[in-house]
Amino acid sequence: MLEIKNLVVQIEDKRILNGLNLTVNNGEVAAIMGPNGSGKSTLSYVIAGKEDYEVLDGEILLDGENVLEMGPDERAVAGVFLAFQYPLEIPGVASMTFLKAALNAHRRARGEGELTTPDFIKRVNATATQLEIPKDMLKRALNVGFSGGEKKRMEILQMALLEPSFCILDETDSGLDIDALRIVSEGVNALRSPDRSFLVITHYQRLLNYIVPDSVHVMSAGRIVKSGGKELAIELEANGYADYRESEAA
Amino acid sequence: MAEIKLMKTPAETGLAQAYETVKTTLPGDAQSRAQAFELFTKNGLPHRRVEEFKYTDLRALMREAAPFAGTPSADEAKAALQDTKALSGVKAIQVPFVNGHFVRDAVDLGGLPEGVEIVPLAEALASGHEWLAKLSPVSWANQNPVYQLNTTFMADGVMLRISGEVDTLIHLRFVTASASAVATATRVLVLVEDGASVTLLESHESTDGANHQPNDVVEMIAGDRTNVRHVRLNAEGDKALALSTLALKVGAEAEFFSLNVVAGAATSRHQVFGVLNGENTKVRINGTTMLKGGQHADSTLVVEHAAPHCESRELFKTVIDGEATGVFQGKIIVPHHAQKTDGRMMSAALLLSDGGTMNNKPELEIFADDVQCAHGATCGQLDEDLMFYLMARGLPKKEAESLMVQAFLGEAIEFVDNQDVHDALVNVLEGWLRARA
Amino acid sequence: MPAVQETIDQVRSIDVDQYKYGFETVVEMEKAPKGLSEDVIRFISAKKGEPEWMLQWRLDAYKRWLTMQEPDWARVSYDKIDYNDIYYYAAPKKNQAPKSLDEVDPEILRTYEKLGIPLREQEILAGVEPERRVAVDAVFDSVSVATTFKAELAKAGVIFMPISEAIREYPDLVRQYLGTVVPVTDNFFATLNSAVFTDGSFVYIPPGVRCPMELSTYFRINEKNTGQFERTLIIADKGSYVSYLEGCTAPKRDENQLHAAVVELIALDDAEIKYSTVQNWYPGDAEGRGGIYNFVTKRGDCRGRNSVITWTQVETGSAITWKYPSCILRGDNSRGEFYSIAVSNGMQQVDSGTKMIHLGKNTTSRIISKGIAAGKSENTYRGLVSAHRKATGARNFTNCDSLLIGNECGAHTVPYIESKNATAVFEHEATTSKISEDQMFYCQQRGLSDEEATALIVNGFVKDVLQQLPMEFAVEAQKLISISLEGSVG
Repeated sequence: MLEIKNLVVQIEDKRILNGLNLTVNNGEVAAIMGPNGSGKSTLSYVIAGKEDYEVLDGEILLDGENVLEMGPDERAVAGVFLAFQYPLEIPGVASMTFLKAALNAHRRARGEGELTTPDFIKRVNATATQLEIPKDMLKRALNVGFSGGEKKRMEILQMALLEPSFCILDETDSGLDIDALRIVSEGVNALRSPDRSFLVITHYQRLLNYIVPDSVHVMSAGRIVKSGGKELAIELEANGYADYRESEAA
Repeated sequence: MAEIKLMKTPAETGLAQAYETVKTTLPGDAQSRAQAFELFTKNGLPHRRVEEFKYTDLRALMREAAPFAGTPSADEAKAALQDTKALSGVKAIQVPFVNGHFVRDAVDLGGLPEGVEIVPLAEALASGHEWLAKLSPVSWANQNPVYQLNTTFMADGVMLRISGEVDTLIHLRFVTASASAVATATRVLVLVEDGASVTLLESHESTDGANHQPNDVVEMIAGDRTNVRHVRLNAEGDKALALSTLALKVGAEAEFFSLNVVAGAATSRHQVFGVLNGENTKVRINGTTMLKGGQHADSTLVVEHAAPHCESRELFKTVIDGEATGVFQGKIIVPHHAQKTDGRMMSAALLLSDGGTMNNKPELEIFADDVQCAHGATCGQLDEDLMFYLMARGLPKKEAESLMVQAFLGEAIEFVDNQDVHDALVNVLEGWLRARA
Repeated sequence: MPAVQETIDQVRSIDVDQYKYGFETVVEMEKAPKGLSEDVIRFISAKKGEPEWMLQWRLDAYKRWLTMQEPDWARVSYDKIDYNDIYYYAAPKKNQAPKSLDEVDPEILRTYEKLGIPLREQEILAGVEPERRVAVDAVFDSVSVATTFKAELAKAGVIFMPISEAIREYPDLVRQYLGTVVPVTDNFFATLNSAVFTDGSFVYIPPGVRCPMELSTYFRINEKNTGQFERTLIIADKGSYVSYLEGCTAPKRDENQLHAAVVELIALDDAEIKYSTVQNWYPGDAEGRGGIYNFVTKRGDCRGRNSVITWTQVETGSAITWKYPSCILRGDNSRGEFYSIAVSNGMQQVDSGTKMIHLGKNTTSRIISKGIAAGKSENTYRGLVSAHRKATGARNFTNCDSLLIGNECGAHTVPYIESKNATAVFEHEATTSKISEDQMFYCQQRGLSDEEATALIVNGFVKDVLQQLPMEFAVEAQKLISISLEGSVG
């Protein structure tokens, strides 16, 4: 369970989040929608612990524990997973090397031993097959020369391997064609479980046809301005964000 | 005979005295030594106002000249070689030098694989061996003071001839073992006959705690259609001032690869002087340098495209921790007639700490119009976004750093095709990272 | 290969004598005695009616200069200069302190007309929108002969006048800044200039003022055996802005002539200076006879926070160019930029580039250099980018590209990149190439002639830099580049 209480964040003297409150229960899939510049991506970075953001006030509790004092790696092994909007390319680091390092970091934190190489390869291959990730892609340097769809699938592969309790999907649908969107969504849906929650950040309702949310929150000017069920997303698709932009100006 | 003029620094005076002492006992043609030393004395030890040594002020870095080491006894040589570790896991014919002298007992000169001939240099110099005519294949290297000193003082080494395809690796092992500081000047000449191929390894080791001053020159003449892979590891002791030169002349339709890995010495300068002497030749020269503490490492490279239609690639990676200083000076020269030259040179440096310094000087000197030449240089710290990405996947900061540094340095090592050598180098790299963590 | 062969043929038949500005003006001149001595310096100082401190400054510089060696690190070669075989002062006789243009020798006015530089304000005004006007300081050998729009600029508080006048009228201001960016002891040529400088421009922009028009100085060397040693000092006070242009020409002569200028720029907090040069000194003939030796020290000091200094240069002239307009990025968040096109043809030798010295925090610099070598010329880019220990967050991007036309010329790149700060990020890239046959073919296939295609491609090559110039200058510069390369390109 993730609770965000009165979160106030700025970057380079510019206020981005203005007292944001949000609770995502275990097993819940919450969607955050909002116009560009409403602070959606900032929220995902702040939860994951990116350095550039200054948290002026508020708390982020993961299963009751405040994560704001933790480094990004500590949050990751505590269960936070951010699927990046723009996954980074790391020349020289083979995808397999990277996956193994990340998985072992998680296992160490859980007090489990490191996986043997055959076991590790078996696990990766099983998940990769589900996500239609070809084996040669895993041998290449991480994300280098990958298409937009391949990068997003690689993110979901990591999510599946690391077994986080709280997953953030930051505009995962951007740059995906219909087929890639289907594969990615199926991958996410397969990971839904009663003890894992999701925060799905998106500008468009389209993704929510594939990953059906339990709750939908509208974000504007750094705050949640309206919450509701999945029907709220459909309403937004029909009417746009115009109503909420006005509230921004008010 | 050269007239020795009074020199300024104690090191220069020491070198002059050393020359006076050894000039009658060193083997071979005294005239070429005298000429080399005369050239050296003209300008003395190079300092920062000498353009080629702008970033490596030898006059300041070399306070005193260490005495030249004598020939080790059989037992001393044996003991010295037992302690060496560099590239020890790699199966190869060992050609060891201890304190600048070829350890003849360690090599079965009569039982070498087909296509490999070795002639001890001291004997060759004394007897006037016919191969000696091939020494100094790169004429302009004679202008270089480090090279001049080696020519003046070279006491021993080997001449190595390769013909045909030689599959066995050959490992030239340079060891300086002495409790007190000594200087050495080893010279190796490698003749690779037309159509031959070989993999050569070099490792350079010296005892910690002493201000050793090795000055090694490896010269290579690779004929037409040759394929040479050359990997050099600097694992010198922590106080060493290590100078080295690779002088290279490559014929037509050949492939040549050289990698220098710097993991040791207090101060080092490795010079590569290459001449591409025949058409359609491909050369790749890489460097991987890891520095910490107060280390200083200089990679200096001059590649002359003396023939048209050649390709050269240079990739140098430097990681700097502590208060260390890295230097890269690279120059591609393309004369008028070397049309269709394709040259690319890249130097990238990572500064891991606040106290480090990186000096880059990548140069192009081009006189032919139908060429494609480029060079690049970057300098910076680890990319913050990448670090965040790795940490968001659970990797602790140090581990994320290590992974990135390894990937960064690894790019220059990737070109080593022999798996054992590659793994041995990765071990060196990992060892450096572990020591850092 | 036909295109290449043709290019080579064209290069062989090169005719550098395309120089449009090679005429000579016949006016009666007053000169200092030939050669350099304390007396000559006293003569210059007296001619300018200088205060004692200025004379002393010159004499100190001279004493220092006598102990200095001519630098030899640049990639240029020339016969030894006899510094005692040069006139250090030459001024038109009829130009003794003219109060208005009516008192200026009409021959000189005609000279500037021929060069396309009208000095009468009403002529400039005709059909030109006010914001497009350019104020001109015209320097003829050792003296300024006219400065336009002085009165109007004064209304805005802008001081724009010959430096010799400024020394008399604003001694405190000059004394406060002169020699603070390029010290008297800086280098052989700068020290020589400090001893013997004759004229040049002085600009002061008061706090918060955006200079209402472009300022420019037009330098003309006319007299034989005469060196030109101008000195320019520009101070942009807090929050001000100025754009300054500089042009230069000289008659064709068989002897070499020396030009050793010093330019100092000072930008205080939030100020911005744009300095553009179109250097078209006589380059010498095809055999390398004659031409200007251009040994120039130009340096800007971003002294204040958030200050910006931009150097843009189009170098087509001179037999030898030795010139490195630089920026000292002292103020936090300051920015330095260097945009350069250096075209060499015939026997010209160019060794030019920049230095970006990062001292303050979060300072940024950008270097875009385009070298084009043709004929038998030598064209070298030499540049330094350095970050000092405290230059946290320094950023540099450098791109230097060279284009060779014909294979008797040389293009060289000598960058020095020095970082002592881990947070500094420096990126440097350089390429050397020729005009690709594919590009040529593509253009030709679309109906362009060889010449048009080459001009098009060369223009594309230098576009990034031309864009930095004020519009009128950009058009002029573009023409100049094609003239300089005429006969060398297929």
